[in-house]
Amino acid sequence: MEYMFFIAGAIAIVATVRVVTAMHAVHALLYLIVSLLAVALVFFTLGAPFAAALEVIIYAGAIMVLFVFVMMMLNLGKADAERERSWLSPGMWIGPAVLAGLLLIELAWLVAQGAGAPAVRQSVEPKAVGVALFGNYVLGVELASMLLLAGLVGAYHVGRRRADETD
Amino acid sequence: MTPIALGLANVFGVLVIVLAVAALLIWVERRLLGLWQDRYGPNRVGPFGLLQVVADMIKIFMKEDWVPPFADKAVLVLAPQIIAIVTLVAFAVVPIAPGIGVVNLNIGLLFFLAMSSLGVYSLALGGWASNSKYSLLGGFRAAAQLLSYEVFMGLSLMGVVMLAGTFDLRAIVEAQRHLWFIVPQFVGFVVFTIAGIAEMRRLPFDLPEADAELVAGFHTEYSGFKFGLFFVGEYIGLVLICAMIVTLFLGGWLGPWLPPVVWFVVKTAVLIAFFILLRAALPRPRYDQLMAYGWKVMLPLALVNLAVTGAIVVARAPAH
Repeated sequence: MEYMFFIAGAIAIVATVRVVTAMHAVHALLYLIVSLLAVALVFFTLGAPFAAALEVIIYAGAIMVLFVFVMMMLNLGKADAERERSWLSPGMWIGPAVLAGLLLIELAWLVAQGAGAPAVRQSVEPKAVGVALFGNYVLGVELASMLLLAGLVGAYHVGRRRADETD
Repeated sequence: MTPIALGLANVFGVLVIVLAVAALLIWVERRLLGLWQDRYGPNRVGPFGLLQVVADMIKIFMKEDWVPPFADKAVLVLAPQIIAIVTLVAFAVVPIAPGIGVVNLNIGLLFFLAMSSLGVYSLALGGWASNSKYSLLGGFRAAAQLLSYEVFMGLSLMGVVMLAGTFDLRAIVEAQRHLWFIVPQFVGFVVFTIAGIAEMRRLPFDLPEADAELVAGFHTEYSGFKFGLFFVGEYIGLVLICAMIVTLFLGGWLGPWLPPVVWFVVKTAVLIAFFILLRAALPRPRYDQLMAYGWKVMLPLALVNLAVTGAIVVARAPAH
C-alpha cells in the first residue's frame, strides 16, 4: 500500500504539472483527469475508499466531462496553442514559483517537526462517512445544498425561454 | 490451489470468458435480430454461421490501421482503449458466484458506477479527436446523453443500497435470499434498466451513433482494430449491465436446484436476449425526446422512489 501511495502521488504531481504546461487545452484537461484519478487512488491507499469512489464519480466522471464538453465546442487549434505558448513565458513562473516554494518549505518544516503523523491505517466505511456528514457536519451539508439550489435556480433563469421567444 | 493461484485463475478466467462472450454476442445478436425480423442473419460460415465471428475478427485485424491526417493522433488512439478498459475493469467487482469473481470491494457498487462514468470520455474524446463534423456531433450527443442518464442510474440504485444496507455487491446478493429486490424496488429496476441501455448506447438510445443521420457518429473516422475496440467495448458493456441487473435486482447467483454459476449465467443470458429484442422492436427517438424523457420522467421517478424507499426503511427500522 505504501508504494501504491507514493506512485499515485507522483503521478498526481506530474500530471498536475502537465496541466499547467500543456499547450493544448484538451490535452491539459486529460492530464487533469489523470491527476484526479491519481488523487482518488491516494485516497484509497489512505483508507478512504468511499471518498475515492466519489472522487472518480463526481470529479473525474461528471464535472470534467462538462469541461471536455465545453472544450469540444470551442474548436481550439494551432493558433490557440501558439497563443498559450506566448502566455507561458519563463518570467511568468517567478511569482508562483516563489510562493509555492515558501509553501514547500513550510510543509517540509512541519513534516520535520513530526506534525504529519502517519496516516491512520484504518479503513473508513461508507456508513461512517454518512454518520459524520449528517451528524457533526449537517450544517455544512445544508449550506452546500443551499448553494447548489441557488446554482440550479440561476441556471434555470439563464436558460429560461421568454414568453415572446419561440422556436 | 493456493490463494494466489486461485486469484489468478479468477482474474484470467473472468477476463477470457467475458471477452469470449462479447465476441460470441456479435453472432448471437445478428442471429436473434434475424429471427425476430423474419430473416436469416449470418448462416453461411460454419455451422449455423457460428464461424462468422472468426471471419469478422480476421477482417477487422487485417484492415489498415488508418489515422486520418487531420485528426489529433494521440487522443484518437487513446479514446477506444478507454471504453474497453473501463468496462473490463468494472467486471472485476461483479460477483458471479460464491468464490468466483475477481475482487470483493466493500464499495463494489460505487466502483461500478465510477467505471461506467469514465466510459463517456471514450466517446466524447473519440468524437472530438476525429476532427470531423459527424464525429463531433456524435461526441456531443454521447457526452450529454451519458452524463444525463448517469445521474439517475446512480440514484435508482440507492433504493437497493438502502434495503441491503451496504455497497458490497456480495452482501447485496445475500440480502435477496428471501425476496429479489425486483419486487420491492420495481421502479428502481425499470429506471436502472432504461438508464443502462442508454449508458451502453444500445438501440433505441444509440443517438451518439445514429447511422441514419450521423454516418456512424463518434466512430465515423475509426476503422480496423480501433473500431473493433469500440465494438467490443459496447458488447462488454451490454454483458456488464445485464450482469449488474442480475446482481442487484434478480438475486444474482441465488436459485434452487442448479449450481449458483448456472443461475447467474442463465439470468444474464435471458436479459441479454431481452436487450436484443428491444433493439429489434423499438424505433430510435429524437434527440430532444431522449433528453426530455431522461430529465422530466426518469429523474423525478428515481427521486420519488428514493424518498419512498427511505421513508419505508426508516418507518420499519426498530426504534432506538
